[in-house]
Amino acid sequence: MKRFTNLFLELDRTNKTNDKVALLKTYFLSTPDEDKLWALALFSGRRPSRKIKTAQIQEWAIEQAGIPMWLFRESYHSVGDLSETISLVLPTNISASDKSLSEWFTYFLQLTKASDEEKKELIVQAWKQLSTYEIFVFNKLLMGSFRIGVSQTLVIRAIGEISDQPAAVIAHRIMGDWDPYTSSYQELIYGENNADVTSKPYPFYLAYGLEGEIELLGKPEEWFAEWKWDGIRSQIIVRNNEIYIWSRGEELVTEKFPELELLKTQLPSGTVLDGEIVCYVNERPLPFNILQTRIGRKNVTKKILSEAPVIFMGYDVMEYEGQDIRSLPQEERRSILEKIIQQTDNKELIKTSPILIFKEWDELKTLHLQSRENAVEGFMIKRKTAAYLTGRKKGDWWKWKVDPLSVDAVLIYAQKGHGKRAELYTDYTFALWDEGKLISFAKAYSGLTDAEIREVDRFIKQNTLEKFGPVRTVKPQLVFEIGFEGINLSPRHKSGIAVRFPRILNWRKDKKVEEADTLENLRVILTQYK
Amino acid sequence: MKEQKILTFNGNSIYCPEADVHIDPWQQVDRAIITHAHSDHARWGSKHYLAHKDSEAILRMRLGEDISLQTVEYGEVFFINGVKFSLHPAGHIIGSAQVRVEQNNQVWVASGDYKLQDDLFCTPYEAIKCNTFITESTFGLPIYKWAPQQEVIDDIKAWCFQNKLQGKNSVLMGYALGKMQRLIKNLLPFDQPVFAHGAIFNVNEKLRAAGFDLPYIPPVKDMDKKEFKGALIFATGSVLNTSWLKRFEPYATGYCSGWMAIRGAKNRKAIDRGFVLSDHADWNELNTAIVETGAEKVYVTHGFTDTFSQWLNEQGIEAAEVKTMYGEDETEEITKENETP
Repeated sequence: MKRFTNLFLELDRTNKTNDKVALLKTYFLSTPDEDKLWALALFSGRRPSRKIKTAQIQEWAIEQAGIPMWLFRESYHSVGDLSETISLVLPTNISASDKSLSEWFTYFLQLTKASDEEKKELIVQAWKQLSTYEIFVFNKLLMGSFRIGVSQTLVIRAIGEISDQPAAVIAHRIMGDWDPYTSSYQELIYGENNADVTSKPYPFYLAYGLEGEIELLGKPEEWFAEWKWDGIRSQIIVRNNEIYIWSRGEELVTEKFPELELLKTQLPSGTVLDGEIVCYVNERPLPFNILQTRIGRKNVTKKILSEAPVIFMGYDVMEYEGQDIRSLPQEERRSILEKIIQQTDNKELIKTSPILIFKEWDELKTLHLQSRENAVEGFMIKRKTAAYLTGRKKGDWWKWKVDPLSVDAVLIYAQKGHGKRAELYTDYTFALWDEGKLISFAKAYSGLTDAEIREVDRFIKQNTLEKFGPVRTVKPQLVFEIGFEGINLSPRHKSGIAVRFPRILNWRKDKKVEEADTLENLRVILTQYK
Repeated sequence: MKEQKILTFNGNSIYCPEADVHIDPWQQVDRAIITHAHSDHARWGSKHYLAHKDSEAILRMRLGEDISLQTVEYGEVFFINGVKFSLHPAGHIIGSAQVRVEQNNQVWVASGDYKLQDDLFCTPYEAIKCNTFITESTFGLPIYKWAPQQEVIDDIKAWCFQNKLQGKNSVLMGYALGKMQRLIKNLLPFDQPVFAHGAIFNVNEKLRAAGFDLPYIPPVKDMDKKEFKGALIFATGSVLNTSWLKRFEPYATGYCSGWMAIRGAKNRKAIDRGFVLSDHADWNELNTAIVETGAEKVYVTHGFTDTFSQWLNEQGIEAAEVKTMYGEDETEEITKENETP
């Protein structure tokens, strides 16, 4: 655990990619396989679930620290992270445990069957052997909330370099369903006896946002343009007459879309397609939040199936007839894709995302303006010669999104941020006018520069009207332009309207609070774009 | 019996009505006692100042060479309008003092800023028995607990060494007054060339001229870029994200402050390394200090005033919070160090 804690601290201290890779390599080269596997699981987001109730951990921590609950809460508000708060309030110890990362996970297994008394004993004993930073990491692991500022790509790069294998191979091997409690590092990385090879997805190729004008891409004839669908980026795998659907978050979501299961008889074995799952009715996609509600449900009922049926909007193919064809040019992959989809009988379930016809960039610009009417997010622009790459790469795939919708709204509540911004007020609630009153309509966390955040923070501290726990009511004075991607009716919101991806576009210092938009303005946008 | 208010609070200073003297006033007054020379305690424009003698050099530098300033030793008793005063070490920075006021057998102590850990540069804190104690609460939450100074110094040394190995300069940041001299004294002997930011150079030279035992550290500004090779540069936090740092490339930045105890505080500043080193009392020191004074009543000033006074009340120590101008907010230390004398 000492070594892992150190790795964590060192990674936390640098934001330079090469340093991070070097640290990861050193760790993976100097650590036993069991620990490597756990580290890999943690870095790739395979956190074991929480073993214990948060309330219990807090209770034991304040008992050990000898402080009342309210003081613990105050502390938590300042720190912004529960695991860290606990590590800081507990009595300071010198690190006295030699247990490795994997041994601690084995230790956690005892919690499953333990009584509350025994659980407490196990946790408190562990805390007593660990230093402050070790307790922090321990708590994160215990609570299933371990996150770190290292992308999976970096971990893949580090392991690729030390195991002398291409990054794409490693990326492929560590995707999918594996369990650090039962898998072995050797099998996973060196790929021997991989039983679950049939379900393994390819790493997704991710596009960058278009920088500057579209003309900068060069000749229009070298590019494909498609609509950018507002759904769930997914990969459909049909191998050995089985179907697997993976989301971009590397989750196996096959069961969430039972209607798509039919495709396993429609697509030839040895096919992997990339595309978007969208709710689609009358030749039109439904808003994203309908799909979202659907995913949130435990069971997919008949009602859902009839009201919000999904289709797979295919736009690429990575595997055909059992062969990895990612290195073929986009144009060739596209014709294979069309051929595959044409051969299916069920056009209600799968479509090819249409290629838009244009000769000049100007035509595309005109078409771009119709994005919202077509309920899409804009365009994907793909170079006809592009190979299917791994991860987010610049150059061949670009997304060209529509400008966000926006309104000018008033800051009315503020709350301190978490983690990185724990002692600043960074989480804001915004309101619009409605019959002379300000009605809250959206929360936004991002969009300001650090200097602006500090300025707003100072304003908030000096203009607090009331405090409710961590929330401050702020004198309505500051106006911000709030951008958002989607808009929908929502009975759960006070305003009756929910916006998607709200964020701060501009601080409108030029606007007085009376000049902010009204809820009526928002309703007009709703009728236009729903 | 009604409590006798030897000291009162009016938002701009701590005031002794009987002696007609203000402690660390923010407004301009006739007579001011200054606990220490940091700019949120030593303000410009009062007619007569009184402070510990070790504060003199910096006070004159910051408030004007010609200010009317009387200095005293620690423990030296003086009377103002018949009220008995003495200054006692606060251990915060060089010359920092607690103000002891005695009247009708009642003793009040205004402690200014203080820490209990001996930093091996300024005179260490001494507990003063009193009836009423005025305490700061900058780090008045149980999450703030300092490691022994030597551990932090060892970490800094190891960090500088590692940077040097990687061919990098180490830029170590913190307050120009107090923190930097503490670092310089404790990091000696240096195993690399050292340089100082102008603000720190000025403070150092003033103190050296006044007879304090500090090594000469050349200022950055006259140096050729070539001199900065595996060097250690002492700088104020104000240089972060400025082009001033460019000349040190490649470099790593380190920041010394109690706020660095929290990961978020460090990450937000976009510095490479945070060192938890404070000249304020941590949670345990605050509690220890208060118990050691034996005070029946505690006034809590700047910091986590409401939280810390509630805690003291629950511990059976009568406490009340007091609004002052010292350290505007709990995040103040981070933005305040921009002071350039």
